[in-house]
Amino acid sequence: MKFSENWLRELVDVSADRAALVHALTMSGLEVEEVTPLGESLAGVVVAQIVAAEKHPEADRLQVCRVDAGQGEPVQIVCGAPNARVGIKIPLATVGTTLPGGISIGAAKLRGVESAGMLCSAKELGIDADASGLLELPLDAPVGQPLADYLGLPDASIELKITPNRPDCLGLFGLAHDVAALFGSRVKGEEIAEAPVTATATRGVRLEAGADAPRYLGRVIEGLDATAPTPFWMAERLRRSGLRPISAVVDVTNYVMMELGQPLHAFDNDTLSGDIVVRHATAGEPLVLLDGNEAKLDASFVVIADVARPLAVAGVMGGNDSRVTDATRNVFLEAAHFAPSAIMGRARKLGLHTDASHRFERGVDPNLPRRAIERATTLLLQIAGGNAGPITTAERAEDLRAHQPVVLRRTRLARVLGIVVDDAEVSRIFAALGMAVTATADGWQVVPPSSRFDIEREEDLIEEVARIHGYERIPTHLPAGEIALAADPEGRLHEMALRDQLAARGYFEAVTLSFVSADLLRSWGMDQAWVPLANPLSADLAVMRTSLLPGLIEALRHNRARQQDRIRLFEVARSFHATGEAPDEVGRVAMVACGSALPEQWAEPTRTFDFYDLKGDVDALIAHTGEAGRWTVDAEGLPSWLHPGRAARVLRDGQPVGFLGALHPALAKALDLAADVHVAELALEPVLARRLPQASRVARFPAVRRDIAVELPEEISWASVEATVRQALGEVLKDVRLFDRYAGKGIDEGRKSLAMGLILQDASRTLTDDDADNCVANAVAALEKTCKAKLRG
Amino acid sequence: MESVEHIDASLRDIEGATSLEALDAVRVALLGKNGIITAALKALGQLQGDERKTRGAEVNRAKERLMDAIAARKHALEQAELNHRLASERIDVTLPGRDGEYGGIHPITRALERIADIFGRLGYQRADGPEIEDDWHNFEALNFPPHHPARAMHDTFYFGDGRLLRTHTSPVQIRSMQGRQPPIRIIAPGKVYRSDSDQTHSPMFHQIEGLLVDETSSFADLKGTLSEFVRAFFERDFEMRFRPSYFPFTEPSAEVDIRWDAEDGSTRWLEVLGCGMVHPTVLANCGIDPERYTGFAFGLGVERFAMLRYGVSDLRAFFENDLRFLRQFA
Repeated sequence: MKFSENWLRELVDVSADRAALVHALTMSGLEVEEVTPLGESLAGVVVAQIVAAEKHPEADRLQVCRVDAGQGEPVQIVCGAPNARVGIKIPLATVGTTLPGGISIGAAKLRGVESAGMLCSAKELGIDADASGLLELPLDAPVGQPLADYLGLPDASIELKITPNRPDCLGLFGLAHDVAALFGSRVKGEEIAEAPVTATATRGVRLEAGADAPRYLGRVIEGLDATAPTPFWMAERLRRSGLRPISAVVDVTNYVMMELGQPLHAFDNDTLSGDIVVRHATAGEPLVLLDGNEAKLDASFVVIADVARPLAVAGVMGGNDSRVTDATRNVFLEAAHFAPSAIMGRARKLGLHTDASHRFERGVDPNLPRRAIERATTLLLQIAGGNAGPITTAERAEDLRAHQPVVLRRTRLARVLGIVVDDAEVSRIFAALGMAVTATADGWQVVPPSSRFDIEREEDLIEEVARIHGYERIPTHLPAGEIALAADPEGRLHEMALRDQLAARGYFEAVTLSFVSADLLRSWGMDQAWVPLANPLSADLAVMRTSLLPGLIEALRHNRARQQDRIRLFEVARSFHATGEAPDEVGRVAMVACGSALPEQWAEPTRTFDFYDLKGDVDALIAHTGEAGRWTVDAEGLPSWLHPGRAARVLRDGQPVGFLGALHPALAKALDLAADVHVAELALEPVLARRLPQASRVARFPAVRRDIAVELPEEISWASVEATVRQALGEVLKDVRLFDRYAGKGIDEGRKSLAMGLILQDASRTLTDDDADNCVANAVAALEKTCKAKLRG
Repeated sequence: MESVEHIDASLRDIEGATSLEALDAVRVALLGKNGIITAALKALGQLQGDERKTRGAEVNRAKERLMDAIAARKHALEQAELNHRLASERIDVTLPGRDGEYGGIHPITRALERIADIFGRLGYQRADGPEIEDDWHNFEALNFPPHHPARAMHDTFYFGDGRLLRTHTSPVQIRSMQGRQPPIRIIAPGKVYRSDSDQTHSPMFHQIEGLLVDETSSFADLKGTLSEFVRAFFERDFEMRFRPSYFPFTEPSAEVDIRWDAEDGSTRWLEVLGCGMVHPTVLANCGIDPERYTGFAFGLGVERFAMLRYGVSDLRAFFENDLRFLRQFA
């Protein structure tokens, strides 16, 4: 909420300067977001009147004005403003003045004509953004008076961030009460006089919306002039409070809303027929609102209607047909109380947010309507004339429940805050906030004022004490309570260990958004089990990702487009999958890589990153689990986004947990990527599951190594060769090391040569040459039988 | 040979040997099976009495001198050879190391882990929850009634089936307290979502939620904990202020500002944390007796801390994953 500082100070005596006031507001929970000083340094600017004006002899756009500044002889001023004309009153910056913008006014000659000062726009004076012409002052403005005195300047627009629990501070009197409590001061001028009733016209009011609308006050004001100008002082206050002056009737209702916090509405009384009926809307009922849009009503809305039709959405916005226009002569003024629950979410449902809905859905003091309607009537009669009829009051007393007393225990206050606040200070705070407070043996019993909707339980009172006493007066210390030792299972790696390992292998961690476009997923062939957002920000961010890879490849593309050729990225995050019940969230680690295998360097030959580089990176992650033996790869069930011949499925205990491989060339082309992009994605939990080591004795007898080379068909996989050898030799085989793979000259077409070292060791004795030879023979025999292998000479 | 001249000549031969091979040839000629000294020693057998004694001593002295000379020369030659080899093996140690592979951790992760570790040292246990939440955990259990204006502070992504993307990490409080009794200290980092996207808002960002519930905790403990934390994270002292605010799930509630020195030399208050005493309704919603237990909760935006700590001025840089940005955190 934005308000004029001077206006607030008129309602409560505070000697603190602006900085201290702003600080106190912020530190009491009424956060000041912005302070805009208005009309600083206007010394030398006075109210003046143009008494004569003629065209400048040398310039079409300039006028030579004679201006009465109340100092005897009129002064001569050259002025270029389009609205400069005889008779108007305007601000004159006299010679010697320095304006807020830094302009110094001196006696000058403009195109050869003497000019002794400057006539000013609102912008030049630093009081408004309007630079379209001279600031026209009311004709009753006293010539010669310093402008600052006349306008009540300097002032400041102060913008507060009012939290949803404090709607009472959405009016200046409410704010004044908090300020009074903070500074030990008093609120002034709250008594509002009744406006004289000089007409008899009335309109009946029927309440038919139950507890949603328990109080409605209305009155007819006849014969007013809707075109009467809003007084300058009122327009200024509204402007400084962020409200644009519109017309006398609207401005008065806005002014009273700012002053008291009670939204009001004025209808053109001549458009109404019969009684006002406050009722729930019926679905599809037609109503065009003030903004010109048709409201889509249903039974959750309360409407203000007459006997014929709905007129306004209660607590949100008035209707177009019954609005006050320049032609309006008779108005029907409304001041009502609506239950917050009847207004909450309703404006939003209509795509609206209005000053009225903002206040009503948070809670407006149910006792305000009477004060507000009297205040508004008085102002309207002053400004627009007319005669007020008597107030019609409709009430449902049973739904206007008074606030219940709330108990605060002294011990609880001390326990929650960690500080003992003097009893007298606690009582003072409650009283200053307008609460009826009674001391009890254990503490206090408090009845909050009708303006407060946030005082219902003990904690609410504790907050009030803490807030006004001051958070800064609460000491700081560390909790002394019991601590339960946090569990840290050794069988699960920390995610950071995995991240660190990938970083050590050259990968940079990326963080990409969890939602992607449907088109992107579709281009990857990932068209299953989507979880789409109902209200995405854009089509690009419409579906929860089912894999980290599409987003990560977009990050790779971003870098490719920025002269980065060698890219390694990884991400640890979740993917989302629609299932029957709640969507599945699966933690994953994904990697993407392209470019040369090694950074460009002098020591190693250049080579393009390939499948086996990526597999080495994946193997490193698996090795970290200490359970490499449970992991296998095969080429089954590959997704369509992978190269069918250069990709693998990764399994743990025979269960698929992810994939790695080259991106499918067709997808790479569709994504405008070179063919050398490799990707891997694994479920996170299996990669983090770690074996708790159980040590066995280190073998005492030496190991023996025997190398063999076999020739076998190309399609026999290394995995099956290794498995065959392991099965043939059993326990005695400690390791098989593939050290050469060859196909080409000297080997038949469709066959390859594999050379491997067999590491043999027995736990109970040293192996003899004969033992080792037997092992080799057994291995070769098994390979010949199972893998169509031949021993190479 | 027994003449001094002869020995001197032999010593010159030793000194003159320019390689270990040449030196060995000299040694053989003097001390080998058929060497001069060997022969002289053999010849002693033909002498008698004092003459033999005198002569023997002479030859042995000569032999010792020659052997010493040979050893010295050998050492010198070996040293020279080693020096030569070392000189020939010299390399340019300023050439880059082989491979030179390195990567790095994302700054958000880095800040997030640092924060979680600090609280870990204070006994806070890591906790987590789903990112796709239900309305009850994200709002209702946290004391946000349906349509409450406080919900308007959270621009929420919905799925149309009552589920939503969590707008804060606070639902992890609920999940951590349900079915458990105090003492509770948890720290819950994670991704959160708001439907807001501009220069200073990302629709996905990271929060860390902290929660402590026990029989003694107070607002003073909350102030102390967060003051210590901010000091520990930034490794410096700050002027800090706790200012009243409003969250439906805490009361009293506060926002925490630190006095930040901007690059232009000015200072300003910067909001870095939201916190408060856990609302009794929230404790009760989780089956914890609010009369017996009190607690505090706090939440912070990881991006804000990462920006301040590492001098990042543009929020969006975190999500572009530009290697030129990421390399700065390697």
